[in-house]
Amino acid sequence: MGSRASTLLREEEIEEIKKETGFSHSQITRLYSRFTSLDKGENGTLSREDFQRIPELAINPLGDRIINAFFPEGEDQVNFRGFMRTLAHFRPIEDNEKNKDHTASEPLNSRTNKLLFAFRLYDLDRDDKISRDELLQVLRMMVGVNISDEQLGSIADRTIQEADTNGDNCISFNEFIKVLEKVDVEQKMSIRFLH
Amino acid sequence: MATSVLSAAASGASCLLLVLLLCCSAGQCGLQKSNPTPPPLHNDINKPQTYPEEQRDSLPVFTMDYPRIQIPFEVTLWVLLASFAKIGFHIYQKITIWIPEPCLLIAIGLIVGGIMHAVKEEPPAVLSSTAFFLYMLPPIALDSGYFMPTRPFFENMGTVLWFAVVGTLWNSIGIGLSLFAICQFEVFGVQDINLQENLLFASIIAAVDPVAVLNVFEDLGVNEQIYIVIFGEGLFNDVVNVVLYNMFAFLSQMPVVESSDVFLGVARFFVVGIGGLFFGLLFGFVAAFTTRFTHNVRQIEPLFIFMYSYMAYLVAELFTISSVLAIITCAITMKYYVEENVSQRSCTTIRHVIKLMATISETLIFFFLGVVTITTDHEWNWAYILFTLVFAFVWRGMGILVLTQIINPFRTIHFTFKDQFGLAYGGLRGAICFALVFTLPDTINRKKLFVTASIAIIIFTVFLQGISIRPIVEYMNIRRTNKDPNTIAVEIHTRMMEHVVSGIEDLCGQWSRHYWKDKFKKFNDRILRRVLLRDNKAEHCIVSLYKKLELQHAIELMDTPMGDLSAAPSIISLDDERKEATRSMKTFLAADVRKMHEILSKNMYKIRHKRLAYTNKYRLPDNSQTREIMIRHHARIQRNRRAESFRERSQSNILGSQKDFSLQPGGDPASAFALRRRSHVKDKVVSARSSSSSLVPMRRLNIIKELSSAVELPSSSGVNLLDERGRTAPVPAPRRHSTNRSDEDGDPGDHPGEELVQPPQLPPPQAWVPDSRENELGNPLLRHQSQGSGGSGRS
Repeated sequence: MGSRASTLLREEEIEEIKKETGFSHSQITRLYSRFTSLDKGENGTLSREDFQRIPELAINPLGDRIINAFFPEGEDQVNFRGFMRTLAHFRPIEDNEKNKDHTASEPLNSRTNKLLFAFRLYDLDRDDKISRDELLQVLRMMVGVNISDEQLGSIADRTIQEADTNGDNCISFNEFIKVLEKVDVEQKMSIRFLH
Repeated sequence: MATSVLSAAASGASCLLLVLLLCCSAGQCGLQKSNPTPPPLHNDINKPQTYPEEQRDSLPVFTMDYPRIQIPFEVTLWVLLASFAKIGFHIYQKITIWIPEPCLLIAIGLIVGGIMHAVKEEPPAVLSSTAFFLYMLPPIALDSGYFMPTRPFFENMGTVLWFAVVGTLWNSIGIGLSLFAICQFEVFGVQDINLQENLLFASIIAAVDPVAVLNVFEDLGVNEQIYIVIFGEGLFNDVVNVVLYNMFAFLSQMPVVESSDVFLGVARFFVVGIGGLFFGLLFGFVAAFTTRFTHNVRQIEPLFIFMYSYMAYLVAELFTISSVLAIITCAITMKYYVEENVSQRSCTTIRHVIKLMATISETLIFFFLGVVTITTDHEWNWAYILFTLVFAFVWRGMGILVLTQIINPFRTIHFTFKDQFGLAYGGLRGAICFALVFTLPDTINRKKLFVTASIAIIIFTVFLQGISIRPIVEYMNIRRTNKDPNTIAVEIHTRMMEHVVSGIEDLCGQWSRHYWKDKFKKFNDRILRRVLLRDNKAEHCIVSLYKKLELQHAIELMDTPMGDLSAAPSIISLDDERKEATRSMKTFLAADVRKMHEILSKNMYKIRHKRLAYTNKYRLPDNSQTREIMIRHHARIQRNRRAESFRERSQSNILGSQKDFSLQPGGDPASAFALRRRSHVKDKVVSARSSSSSLVPMRRLNIIKELSSAVELPSSSGVNLLDERGRTAPVPAPRRHSTNRSDEDGDPGDHPGEELVQPPQLPPPQAWVPDSRENELGNPLLRHQSQGSGGSGRS
């Protein structure tokens, strides 16, 4: 928020990010100052360690997966654009956006994209399917240590059963969408970003 | 069951014994007093020298001197008695679920009071004004302030103050006026109570005491908002209480009320409130500053906390401003800085002692409430008391409704009808009301009636509302949420999304939503922390918790051979995988699904905000879930570090880049292939374990290579030492620690099948943990871990 931040971030960049993600100018500068405060190495990119240094993420059961979501395939550093691109998924859907027709490029914070973000948290190997294994991994992370493997296994089976329509014992993205159709994903996966 | 009955009987018997002992000692005391040594018979000096046989006092072998120890002895006995009662309740767990503890304590107090009344004994004047306000109330207030969840509190500050101030005003004036209206009717026989006295009485009983309610609310999972509103309301209506009480008490002496008095009253309100805040802040900062210099006198560190907060309380009492507000503000201010300055042990001591004193106080208060109920003189007036009850209830309900309507638009999270009901019904009156009524000036000729009425209302609200609120809320809950049998998936996915959102919020630093919060944070970091903290390391409390957990984790791993939290439950063997593919769809009964719901709701981790903020009034803050998560997280990081260190080591291997080689140097294709296949199994194991990062899937090949390379080329590890050491990424402390530990297990000759080969120890970091301990833990620790993980591979 200070002047230091905005001088390092050029106006054109802000405009581009604004167009791509839909954040407002002040939101972008604010998030940029957060980005720089996380960037201990001061090289304009964040690595995994920078994220892991955030203490609250250490006590989040899915902390590692969340951090992972910021890094595209195979990369170890994320720049500010990538950072904002990931965060854009969590922008609340404004009313005026709800009625827009689906243009060629869907906004990053559409319901589908939010669900895709959640889906990718499960689906590590990016094969567009949540296998039982992957589901179990996430379940195990979310649940205390008192649950035995069999119990967890049957929970996972039930989860897949509820979603799986084509019987391949995996959850595809469409099945995932269908399961959550009654859930208010737009509200659940949104953060009110500070101005 | 039989044993619990037996132990209940045993504690009951010991209770009774104590009571009898108490009565006997009181009686004994009387006896003792009337048995001094007979005075010398001076007046007989004229008589002839025939004294009665001079009694030569022999050396007393056994004497009793009760008066000397009377007061401390009785205090201790009472405390023990009340505590035994508490033990007794918790033996049979189900009781405390249905009947809140205050009810039980009052009941026991009633019994004891009955006994004492029968024996014609007077109970100690515990609930007199001095003892209550100076000794019993401060610990409770300190406890509330110290363990107050600050984040939700500050976020809801407006609502809390609104309900506390305006709500209490509404209640007292409403009840006072209606009671005055009732007094006008001759038939009830209370005509001599004038308006001021009615208002005074109303101001006493309008104050809500949240103790009992919080207990119930927490079990029912009432949401955080209601919790914090009731909690805060109970604390802050003290300010209004003080003002109104003093104002009306003053006015009741006056025959006529003037409008200037009302204005003065308002002015006084501000003085009271702001004065309380001021003293609290003052003492809080002084306490924090003092603890900056106490690192050489660790043993007395907790003392400062208690002394300073008590001082804040007493000074506020000196000026008749809101002492409860002062001590709470002091506690809130102090806590943050003090917990960073003092040692871990002092911190634990402070928390435990605060909880201890608060629990004793509370127990005694309710207990004596029961006792004194029996032993005071009552004046019973059906009409007045009944109407008091009715009006108290009605006005509170109306007050909550109206106030919520007004404040809801200003809130981001609106209060639903259920919330409002909880707020209204949860307005129990407690001991403060009782103590205040005892301090009424005796010039009020109907004082006894007031005492009776307040006792009646306390007992009524505590028993009736306290016991019935749970069934009612459960009924409302059940009606609202009908668990759809098909929603296991939804439950899991929504919880996952909640975790994600909570994590992203933390990532963005979205703690505050207010401009002032940010400003305060900056001020805090720049000035306050520098002045008040000894080491201004700007280390988050969670980071230090993390470090402490590491040490504990290491110790725990040594103790429990099978207790490997990190690796045990997450391995999926290859065989099971194969079975998966061919398994036919299991059918799930409704009972199974219900059971799953139960399991999930009990065992899924709550999101961070819900986890940290909620504290049970009677227990210390529980961060066992946090610990679990951190331990597992830490173990995962360790594994990833090891995996990553392998990748790096192999990449910079002098023998050439290892990225794509398919042949192990020195091996033939066949064996390499076999090796790879065998390692594929291990890889499944590894990939399942290192589940958290995409490091693994990407480097699957590399790990296979590394495994085999590790197996075949142990000597290369020595070469890569330099790379390990040379790597100076700015890693956080836990990582550094883990690298160290992994590096210590310096046994390159580990048998194949051990997935890890460690280079010799790095120079020890300047970490907080003593090096000797690390060395001890190094080898067995790792061997344990890898054994554990290898053993449970099940492949």
